[in-house]
Amino acid sequence: MDSFEIANLFYSIGQVWTEWLTNLGLSPEWLSFTNKAMGAVLLTALPVMIVCVTIMGERKIIGRFQDRLGPNRVGPCGVLQTIPDIFKLLTKEIITPTKVDKVMYNLAPMLSVVSVILIWAVIPLASNVVGVDLEIGALYFVAVSSFGTLAVLMAGWSSNNKYALISAFRGVAQLVSYEVPLVLTLLIPVLLAGTMRLNGIVEAQAQGWYVLLAPISMLIFFISSTAEVGRSPFDLLEADSEIVAGFNIEYSGMRFAMFFLGEFIHAFTFCGVIATLFFGGWRGPFVDQAPALGFLYFLIKMFAIYFVHIWIRITMPRLRIDHMLNLSWKFLIPLSLVNLVVMSLAAKLVQTPAMDATLWQLLPRWGILLGTNMVMIAGTFMILGTVSRRERHKQEAARVLEPVASGIQG
Amino acid sequence: MLQDYVLIGLLFVVASALPISAIVFGSILGPRKPNRIKNDTYECGMETMGPTWVQFKVQYYIFALVFVIFDIEMVLLFPIAAAFDVLPIYAVVEAAIFILILAAALAYAWKKDALEWF
Amino acid sequence: MTYVVFGLFGILTLGGGILVVTSRNLVRAAASLVLSFFGIAGLYVLLEAGFMAAAQILIYIGAIAILIIFAVMLTQRVAAGNRVAMNSQWPWALLVSALTFALLVYIINIVWPLGIRAENVPVLAADPTRGLGMALVDWGQYVLPFEVASILLLGAMVGSIFIAREQHDD
Repeated sequence: MDSFEIANLFYSIGQVWTEWLTNLGLSPEWLSFTNKAMGAVLLTALPVMIVCVTIMGERKIIGRFQDRLGPNRVGPCGVLQTIPDIFKLLTKEIITPTKVDKVMYNLAPMLSVVSVILIWAVIPLASNVVGVDLEIGALYFVAVSSFGTLAVLMAGWSSNNKYALISAFRGVAQLVSYEVPLVLTLLIPVLLAGTMRLNGIVEAQAQGWYVLLAPISMLIFFISSTAEVGRSPFDLLEADSEIVAGFNIEYSGMRFAMFFLGEFIHAFTFCGVIATLFFGGWRGPFVDQAPALGFLYFLIKMFAIYFVHIWIRITMPRLRIDHMLNLSWKFLIPLSLVNLVVMSLAAKLVQTPAMDATLWQLLPRWGILLGTNMVMIAGTFMILGTVSRRERHKQEAARVLEPVASGIQG
Repeated sequence: MLQDYVLIGLLFVVASALPISAIVFGSILGPRKPNRIKNDTYECGMETMGPTWVQFKVQYYIFALVFVIFDIEMVLLFPIAAAFDVLPIYAVVEAAIFILILAAALAYAWKKDALEWF
Repeated sequence: MTYVVFGLFGILTLGGGILVVTSRNLVRAAASLVLSFFGIAGLYVLLEAGFMAAAQILIYIGAIAILIIFAVMLTQRVAAGNRVAMNSQWPWALLVSALTFALLVYIINIVWPLGIRAENVPVLAADPTRGLGMALVDWGQYVLPFEVASILLLGAMVGSIFIAREQHDD
């Protein structure tokens, strides 16, 4: 065994663990199986542990934003608030309404948690810590998150509640609408790196984070992922003033908590995916000497993106359903189609540099890709300006003709 | 290769054990005093009227349809993107043509007001 | 071990299929269809076709199953009530499906005896998905089917919007 190094902490722990099991007399097949089972347990525990931190942090941060203290009773500065909350949820009565469809009603909260935890299997946490570096990593991520859509629909339908069903339908319309720009921009990091392996994408970002090479893709991905996790301004799934509480209205106690858990894990998991795809994942200074640092960098990037998420969440008002759908189908999807075509042609025009290229050899690629993005941003703003001016003229003309305003019902 | 998916299968099992055990644990710890009104459909406090599974707008269906088309397109684009670094320029142009034909489909849907919400 | 998993996914696929045809509630039938799709995705994984498995989940579970559920919900009476799952023609349907199955077995084993046997399976490339990507846009291989696929999708979109819009205008 190599010497135990703190710089390569996770690898060394793995070594010690493997050696210990080998000494117990496990055959190689069982050893591999045990390691995988252990990995599965850790990968389930990790997001659950992070969620305890983020719920607390989110409540504190939102409190500060709204000029109040946030939870401050349990533990120092209230940091232990989540623990009594968990016990409160555990001791709540689980009510099963009589008219629900039993099988689907019970399956839905489970599915919503499983679908997000499965994503963690492919996220590279450090250069040598990744569940499985699947050959189809990026596609796996999209495929697994589509289970979440199903969970929403199942919960809404099986509840036998009109509001739940309306919410589920809206939710599914939202999820499918924003999945298109999400996946279309996911193609950009894949084609820039020339691989679908998420660890390969991170390694390829040694030549510059993709947020610098493809800022438009990052923005589209970020906006769509906000919609995918159903956070404000896209929280139509639980628009309290219109549909009471959303698709999970008939759920109570721990079953409700599972939807809650799934939603929270979903939110920061997408932040982790954005960090991996566009912000260099575990990359950072000295990471080649000390791979264990990579995990820290990954967490810092993930939480930084999550902070922006919270910031947007408490700043923006909710969109109306027709605006929400228009934003996706009439803005994000055309933009991401143009982005995909232009970026693939631009990236093909400049030769992909070798892995050991110097900074000077990389500059033309950076310049051309970034320049293309700037041109696209300018073009987008020009088109938006023209369209909105025309729309304003039309509305002013209509107001002169017809003083009675007519609203669109969602 | 197949070994890669063992972990995912195990993760599926462990990840589903988490909500199951949480719900079972919760139902052991929590009280259980059901009554007729508590077990009724909640909605917004009023008594429920009429059937729940009513007919929905055709709009939802159209959006789902357009989504299916795009979904298939995107899945076909993924292997090409993965092989991007070895593709010649004409192959990229072919992929661009593929995308543009589907952009035409989107333009048609837009023109026919299929993307409007009524 | 692989056989156990294969059996599990096989049961999932077939059991889901049986539930689809016997279920009296159409939404529940659609949910059983998802189970069946999932089983098929598992079978793809066992065949080491990861891309196919992901595509199966993404397209069939993530899109087509939802489309089916939406379609069921759109037809009010079907969504609410329990329908009769069988009608008087079920023996004939059984006969036709049994004949189709027999035909498939005949074709695969006797007419075109390719691929299925272990010794005929070509050795997988290191990165089969990349190979697929290159083959899709290669002049000599599948570029024509690939482009035709996009025309087909365009046609599907135009047709479905035309039909759906017509219903809406009434």
